[in-house]
Amino acid sequence: MADNQPRVIVVGGGLAGLAASVRIAEAGVPVDLFSMVPVKRSHSVCAQGGINACNEVARQQGYSEWLHMDETLYGGDFLNHQPPVYEMTHWAPKVIDLMDRMGVPFNRTSEGQRDLRLFGGSLFKRTHFAGATTGQQLLYALDEQTRRYEADGKVTKHEFWEFLWPVLDDSNGKKRCVGIVAQDMRSMQIRAFRADAVVMATGGCGMVFGKSTMSVICTGGAASRCYQAGAWLGNPEFIQVHPTAIPGEDKCRLMSESARGEGGRVWVPRKKNDDRPPNDIPTAERWYFLEEKYPKYGNLVPRDIATREIFFVCQQGHGIGGGRMVYLDVTHLPDATKHKLDGILEIYEKFTGDNPRNVPMKIFPAVHYSMGGLYTVYTAKEDSKGMVQGAPNNMMTNLEGLYAFGEVNYQYHGATRLGANALLNCIFDGLFCGLSVVNYVRDQKPGARAAELPAQPFNTVVQQEQAKMKRLLEADGQYNPYQIHAKLGDELTDSCTVIREENRMKRAYEALGELNAQYKNLGLSDAGMWTNQTLSFARALGDMLIYAEAILAGSIARKESRGSHYRPDYPERDDKKFHKTTVAKFDAVTGRATLEYEPVPTPLIAPRARTYGKVEAEADDNKKDKKEEAATS
Amino acid sequence: MATNTDQKTIRFKVKRQDAPQTAPYWQDFDVPHPPGANVISCLLHIAANPVTADGRTVAPVAWDCNCLEEVCGACTMVINGRVRQSCSALISELAEEAAAVTLEPMTKFPVVRDLMVDRSRMFKNLIDIKAWVPIDGTHALGPGPTESPANQDTRYALSRCMTCGCCLEACPQFLLDNHFIGAAAISQARYFNAHETGKTLQDDRLEALETPGGVSDCGNAQNCVQVCPKDIPLTESIAAIGRQTTVHAIKSFFSGK
Repeated sequence: MADNQPRVIVVGGGLAGLAASVRIAEAGVPVDLFSMVPVKRSHSVCAQGGINACNEVARQQGYSEWLHMDETLYGGDFLNHQPPVYEMTHWAPKVIDLMDRMGVPFNRTSEGQRDLRLFGGSLFKRTHFAGATTGQQLLYALDEQTRRYEADGKVTKHEFWEFLWPVLDDSNGKKRCVGIVAQDMRSMQIRAFRADAVVMATGGCGMVFGKSTMSVICTGGAASRCYQAGAWLGNPEFIQVHPTAIPGEDKCRLMSESARGEGGRVWVPRKKNDDRPPNDIPTAERWYFLEEKYPKYGNLVPRDIATREIFFVCQQGHGIGGGRMVYLDVTHLPDATKHKLDGILEIYEKFTGDNPRNVPMKIFPAVHYSMGGLYTVYTAKEDSKGMVQGAPNNMMTNLEGLYAFGEVNYQYHGATRLGANALLNCIFDGLFCGLSVVNYVRDQKPGARAAELPAQPFNTVVQQEQAKMKRLLEADGQYNPYQIHAKLGDELTDSCTVIREENRMKRAYEALGELNAQYKNLGLSDAGMWTNQTLSFARALGDMLIYAEAILAGSIARKESRGSHYRPDYPERDDKKFHKTTVAKFDAVTGRATLEYEPVPTPLIAPRARTYGKVEAEADDNKKDKKEEAATS
Repeated sequence: MATNTDQKTIRFKVKRQDAPQTAPYWQDFDVPHPPGANVISCLLHIAANPVTADGRTVAPVAWDCNCLEEVCGACTMVINGRVRQSCSALISELAEEAAAVTLEPMTKFPVVRDLMVDRSRMFKNLIDIKAWVPIDGTHALGPGPTESPANQDTRYALSRCMTCGCCLEACPQFLLDNHFIGAAAISQARYFNAHETGKTLQDDRLEALETPGGVSDCGNAQNCVQVCPKDIPLTESIAAIGRQTTVHAIKSFFSGK
């Protein structure tokens, strides 16, 4: 360990982690890349619809990077910080160009230019796409570039390794992240890895809600471990529920917003309990409720709005057969348009047996994305138009040397993320803030390199994790981790997704206490020391319970409605009290979050009412919805 | 996830193996399956209730999975004798073809545990054929080359390869202990050779595919294309790379390289 060169650890091999790895390795700093799965199988592959950026066609119709920023802030109900959003949207065209150079098969126009599609929250075509598997294609391009650096020995992959805990050194009086402790998921070996900076690019926490559109590794466990080690969370209560998913036994599968971007329409029978097959219901007897209520944006209102409308329509008994489903219809689209959606239409067909090219799809909302995550800081430019490029603290958590990129970073999306902004956010963080990491590690004083530190802080964390593993393996209690997880998912999904009622959330909070007590009385069905998946899951469950507490506490305390956070008891946005970031700090004594609130500066755009031009719809018998229209501040 | 006695159950026959060096054995599980159940939801049920059909509590079955939407490639295994992703294997369909569901790990890769195998050979093959576009770094240098919709359509079909290994499991030439590179990597070589900038490494790729274990080891069984879950035209790719290597070999011969 005597070499004097700085090293960086990246945890997570999705878009953000790979973009960071490539950028950091390119600058000449060696990278150790950790992932629970081969990086090519990361959750980014599930992103379907596309990636937003201002482009020449849209620009000549009045669009601009500034408008992209404005849409992102309006969509986020002004809870997002403006300088980072400014920077991201102004970099977006460069991100597209770069991915294009890497060979991403973006759809093309007849002239060979990149094709564009419409997406939620915008009136301009500014979404670039590769069929309906854009995330997969972008991830593969970055996976390929990472492999190139791997072949050159500049990136070392540690696949099937699970991040367990950050290593913090406070020998200089200030806590600084100097490495991680991780576990080989096959041999179960636990060991420390040293690094001068650690980038967390570990994605969202959908598994906390049981079934979601997220992949099984998206437990939020890694973020929760950093939080327990002293990193703060920002806005943990903001969770996006995607309007269109296919409910399933094992998960809810995403049905991309691109289906609506390409002209797909959402409807229910006007007559309650209409039991005719959808194709037998004439147009006049179909209620295109999104188009009626939002004539300007139609089916492409932001996700939280579409989700609530679908939810309310079903609550009124207008769902298919009176149940909790609505139609998403692409049957009327021309074949060439359907071809662009093949990737998702095939998935629907494989999992339901119905061909969506001929029969409308049956969909319902599902938990999809975490706007909140690890709290980070940045250096704004003097005029607030963007961030200072290469500033060492860009997207650093409150713990020095520990960064958060991509979905696990709370920074960009405020109270709701617009469709096709996530892929952008991930790649942008990796590229733009990768340079910050390089500058940070190069600025370290000689003698302070992680490689030169004594073994003590590393050994302490290894021992802590070995003890935790031993405790879990030897536990012979009566509770099964999978059953506790199912209950956790039910409680959170019922209390803290589309509608957040105070009493229901308080009941869930109490239930969480019970689940925590059960967790202390676990029994594992596998006590082996080879590829023990039950151990990994049981450990993550403990971290999910802690993260869930922060989500619930934040949701109960935020007595307003904003973006995805909808409180029927406080239906209006309250800028005076809550135009603020929730900062959650873990209290190791109580095991609970301590909540603090930090004002959100608005140097570029003043907050305005978020109505998306809603009007009352004729067939709408839910007058409660009026409050949406009136939601102003 | 508690067992609901009203539900229909189906017998799962699972080929198990505790570690790479130990002998495999079989265990049966009876699993309830609501409508819409797939192999993954049944494996999740076994994980939560690891009790065999004859009432013994055993270690839960280990398997690989992630996205559950047939786009990550992780959960590939041999189901009722056919290699496929377990997430898109619906019980309602399997129940029609047989009375039981048989799960086995892929046979062309070393077993890690139970249904989990080590597919790192596939990723190493991608390094051998330089499966990337050699860009000049990540700084802003303008857009990539323009491309016809027809070329994009061809490349898009190839780019959907999840490195799942179905094509290799079905291939009679690809064996646990030989060096055949297999359809997936050959098709990726075609993918990168079809890109304007990717093409600059075409010679390197073809040279890698001209060595023993390269494209000429393909026995033309055409099993690969039949099992590919993404309908990638793998046999077309093998034919295309076969032609490219022939042209390359002739050129090399006359240029004296």
